[in-house]
Amino acid sequence: MSSATPAPDLDRGPIQLHRAFRVTRAIPEGRAGATLILNGALLAQPGQFVMVWLPGIEERPFTLMDDDPASLTVASVGPFTHALCALRAGDRLWLRGPFGHGFALQGSRHLLVGGGSGTASLTLLAKRARSQGHELTAILGARTAKLLMLPWRFEELSCHVILATDDGSLGHHGTVLDAARCLFPSPQWGEGQGEGTPRLQSGEGWGEGDPWPWDLYACGPEPMLRALATQAVALHLPCWVSMERIMKCGIGLCGSCHCGAKLVCTDGPVFSAQEMLRALDTA
Amino acid sequence: MPSASVTTWQMRANVPELDTTVDLCGVTLRNPLILASGIWGCAAGTLVRLAREGAGAVTSKSCGLAPRQGHPNPTVLDWGAGLINAIGLSNPGASEERAILREAKAGLAPLGVPLIASVYGHSRADFCEAVRLVAEAEPDFIELNISCPNVEAEFGRPFALDPLAASGLTAAVRAAYAGRLLVKLSPNTPDIVQVARAVADAGADGLTAVNTMPGMIIDVRARRPVLANLVGGISGAALRPIAIRAVYEISTAVDIPVIGTGGVLSGEDAMQMIMAGATAVGIGSALYYYGSEVFARILGELTQLMREEGYARLSDFRGCAHV
Repeated sequence: MSSATPAPDLDRGPIQLHRAFRVTRAIPEGRAGATLILNGALLAQPGQFVMVWLPGIEERPFTLMDDDPASLTVASVGPFTHALCALRAGDRLWLRGPFGHGFALQGSRHLLVGGGSGTASLTLLAKRARSQGHELTAILGARTAKLLMLPWRFEELSCHVILATDDGSLGHHGTVLDAARCLFPSPQWGEGQGEGTPRLQSGEGWGEGDPWPWDLYACGPEPMLRALATQAVALHLPCWVSMERIMKCGIGLCGSCHCGAKLVCTDGPVFSAQEMLRALDTA
Repeated sequence: MPSASVTTWQMRANVPELDTTVDLCGVTLRNPLILASGIWGCAAGTLVRLAREGAGAVTSKSCGLAPRQGHPNPTVLDWGAGLINAIGLSNPGASEERAILREAKAGLAPLGVPLIASVYGHSRADFCEAVRLVAEAEPDFIELNISCPNVEAEFGRPFALDPLAASGLTAAVRAAYAGRLLVKLSPNTPDIVQVARAVADAGADGLTAVNTMPGMIIDVRARRPVLANLVGGISGAALRPIAIRAVYEISTAVDIPVIGTGGVLSGEDAMQMIMAGATAVGIGSALYYYGSEVFARILGELTQLMREEGYARLSDFRGCAHV
């Protein structure tokens, strides 16, 4: 196995021509896919993405599950992701990046909402937030228990983890949105009070009437993001979402990942809830 | 006491208003910077955004008669001295493109920014039918991308490499389309001037010079070319001297305007292109380096340079490098 790839200096910008990495550990993620731990760092902002290349097969964007060591969590959904999930310790894969605008941490209490493989976009954010001593609640969802990804990683980072499954096989019976709504301020808030600090409706460790404590960060299927963003905007909750589009170049040239007037690769993939809704409504 | 040269510079700097407008085949552009085809041009939203952010005109991504997915990734790389791309002409097909162009045209009209629709094909019939469909959206110009393989030629050699094929194609489209017609030339030909003359004689209203130059990047650890298509088009800084020379030679050989395209990343690069004889200047890879603000940036640099050198309008220095 080759020696670890030296960590690039973030200030020097992304790696433009692919760098070869080796898998040091492949961790199965239930029925959903695998997490690949690589033999070197690739420093990134949480939510930034890398282009992952298997020569002769394909190259696709993935967010980094971790950046030191560089790690990827892959949901096995097609030929390329099957090939990635089949990689074993010692196998090579190629990365360029990191690209795009990631999440910037606001405040010191965070509510993370991840649907399906979108969960992987939130782990590095959780790591950064925990390293600064922030409080984290992560709501992770999937259709069924065996498709849940990375709950172990959020637990490892001492986050308060709430699970949700559509079929009720584990955790909250319903979507992550249903689970998140339990934590949302009362719907009446905002109607009477206009701008101001939202107040909590109920429990989950927070007293009724307490100020809404969280900044909201989400990644997952677009209908989930749209619903969450719509509700967050209506309730004046601070909310950022990470969007997905089919990408070709990944570096702001080809325009394939357009959404309204925005390019997801360079304007995003992280947008404020308002920005995302505006882009979707003009697309 | 200021030296004579400083005084001269200050006097020149007092030029009151700079005129950056361009007459391109009878259409007025507010500035000479044109979004080149293939960059950001897949959707009306992004085309209109670039017009808002300062483009003098915008070109849509090339479309053909049938939808095309394009090549798998990797498709575009920054290799240091420029970019290399093989996106593979992904496009939704001319019928669908027509709707995108209509939407773009509606968004561009209030801004007064002209729309150039790029069309490619693999035969004369393909080109003519795609042009017919796209023309229904009433773009201000249609640009023929003739760097793709001609299936009717031996070995599928691109139209752009053969003066006869290029002029035959231009004449065929000319006969079928009465609007303003641009033809985009390839630098990868032994005599680009001969191709330019042939295309101009066949009825093109203007030329775009140049398209990208073929190249390859190999990853030594993967032991294979990086682009899925193996070969791609070189653009960016590496292409600039090739494009400048092409525009320099073409502009004296033909009487129609030339849009100088290839590696223009700064106002100084744009001025080089215009001094070589270009009427307007294409902007492509610079979008990668500077994002959507690139038009305002390059125009700012260009006008600053015009002030410094005492030019009031682009025609004051257009073609002046022909010494």
